[in-house]
Amino acid sequence: MSESIIQIQHLTKTFGSGDTAVHALEDINLDIKQGEIFGIIGLSGAGKSTLVRCMNLLELPTSGTVIVDGQRLAWMEQDGEEEKPAHVSEKELRLARRNITMIFQSFNLLMQRTCLKNVCFPMEISGVPAAQAKKRALELMELVGLADKADAYPSQLSGGQKQRVAIARALATDPKVLLCDEATSALDPTTTASILGLLKDLNAKLGVTVVVITHQMSVIEEICSRVAILDGGVVAEQGNVEDIFSHPSTDAARRLVYPGGVSVAQYPAGTHAVRVAFNGGTAYQPLIASLAIDCGVKVNILGADTRNIDGKAFGTMLLGLPDDPNEAAKALSYIRSQPNVSAEEVEYHG
Amino acid sequence: MADLLTAEFWFKYGPLLLDGTIDTLVMTGISTVFAYLLGLPLGVALILTQPHGIRPNNVIYKVLGWIINVGRSLPFIILMVAIMDFTKLIVGTKIGVRGAIVPLVVSAAPFIARMVETSLAEVDAGVVEAAQSMGASTFQIVWKVYLPEAKPSLVLGGAISIVTILAYTAIAGAIGAGGLGDLAIRYGYQRRYPPMLLVTVIFLIVLVQLIQSVFSHVSNRIDKRLDSGHKKGFTPLEMLARFTHTK
Ligand SMILES: Nc1ncnc2c1ncn2[C@@H]1O[C@H](COP(=O)(O)OP(=O)(O)O)[C@@H](O)[C@H]1O
Ligand SMILES: [Mg+2]
Repeated sequence: MSESIIQIQHLTKTFGSGDTAVHALEDINLDIKQGEIFGIIGLSGAGKSTLVRCMNLLELPTSGTVIVDGQRLAWMEQDGEEEKPAHVSEKELRLARRNITMIFQSFNLLMQRTCLKNVCFPMEISGVPAAQAKKRALELMELVGLADKADAYPSQLSGGQKQRVAIARALATDPKVLLCDEATSALDPTTTASILGLLKDLNAKLGVTVVVITHQMSVIEEICSRVAILDGGVVAEQGNVEDIFSHPSTDAARRLVYPGGVSVAQYPAGTHAVRVAFNGGTAYQPLIASLAIDCGVKVNILGADTRNIDGKAFGTMLLGLPDDPNEAAKALSYIRSQPNVSAEEVEYHG
Repeated sequence: MADLLTAEFWFKYGPLLLDGTIDTLVMTGISTVFAYLLGLPLGVALILTQPHGIRPNNVIYKVLGWIINVGRSLPFIILMVAIMDFTKLIVGTKIGVRGAIVPLVVSAAPFIARMVETSLAEVDAGVVEAAQSMGASTFQIVWKVYLPEAKPSLVLGGAISIVTILAYTAIAGAIGAGGLGDLAIRYGYQRRYPPMLLVTVIFLIVLVQLIQSVFSHVSNRIDKRLDSGHKKGFTPLEMLARFTHTK
């Protein structure tokens, strides 16, 4: 296993105090590995932004430990009988933040600066000589595919282009970690795909660890290798995206994996149906088609909750079998012979 | 009024009007510069120390706010009289152009602090947060984010400040500060010579119009938020609302 880049231990964050206190995060433990694309997903208000802001101390943890790239940013200190939160000095923090940069849903570009000057900004504040900063900024604009927009102002760009500039700006200090808080939530699906593609590219090319915060499962499927599901300020589940997709074990995970979808398990009892679970084999369409071709058996799809992740099928599907018991048995054994598919006969009243 | 069209009038009063105009401009210009030297940092301090600012400090925020409100609630003419000894201490005289500058600055600075605060408050909090996330210091955030991002709005506010100070100079004229206001009072009121009053009024109107159009033009020129949806300049109504802050 590769090295940890972000370690979060027993992190809590409470806003306010007394009766009006909001417990935004409770006992969060995460271990994000160097070079991975890690997803944090949850519904609105789950605490995602608070969690990501605790990673660069834009928000000071109420308690717990935050370690980024081997450096303790926040920790607990013994103070007599009690433990109390401590964190690095402001100066150290400013330096550390060059190593863990951030992009936002609303892009947050400086509107009175050209794109190039926006990319220069983090280098300006860290004291890189102007000429050198400009050269690097041009390279970065090239990297995000916007070399021709260097002298344009943000107001002249589309949302997707603005986010590309923001990404270039976030990369200017050669960070080890890029935090993305709902970075694609303000973009249309096509633009979202292109931005996610860029992040994936940059992760592969530069080895930068990417932490993706989102409320959309599609974003996680698209680029993340591991994911943590945040629900009401606690991590409900975390692990490989494929595992969580094929066996969501908590309600929070099921809600996110099958948003609005009625779970197949909830269909009423009856006869002549089979529940097929896809665990990362081929997509489901070929299965239905080959059933018809190889066995000459036609089945009805009664319901489906499946998703494609990296071209592999996950989820479950309820198939209505033919009334003829022989044909039904033939279909069943065919389905069971497929790799990464399990089938279970269920009763079903249509 | 026909006097205005005669060469004799301009021959007789021209030099006076020219001096008056220059005095007004000098008083306004110098006072504006010093008032901003005080008011701008005060406005910045208000933005930084406010509860959601990047350096929240309730004590400083409340104390500054209170001082500024006191400063703004005193009518200029009363303030001018009240601080006369202080004026003498600073510039060595209580009267004339020099004597007027001190009360002008003291009176305008709190007003400017509020103007600056309003302009800086328009800067997107997300942009400030982005700068923080990149490791910018407080000074860098003020210098490279707040002030440049608010520049078009600050320039528009500048026009309002100058016009306000211009109006104060006319009042200062009443105690012998010189300038167009002084002429208006001496000739228009004390000697009952309406043409002189009319000319000074016209001069003042022209000055105000000039200042306003130059600053509006500059503000528009430097603002890079091209699409009107994002444009946060002052609408005429907002502009009017700000005028009610003058006394
Ligand atoms: N500065 C704050 N003060 C008080 N409550 C806050 C603050 N920031 C966030 N919260 C609360 O913390 C919870 C989590 O918020 P957030 O992290 O923004 O959620 P998400 O990003 O998942 O939508 C919410 O209940 C929110 O109201
Ligand atoms: Mg959020």
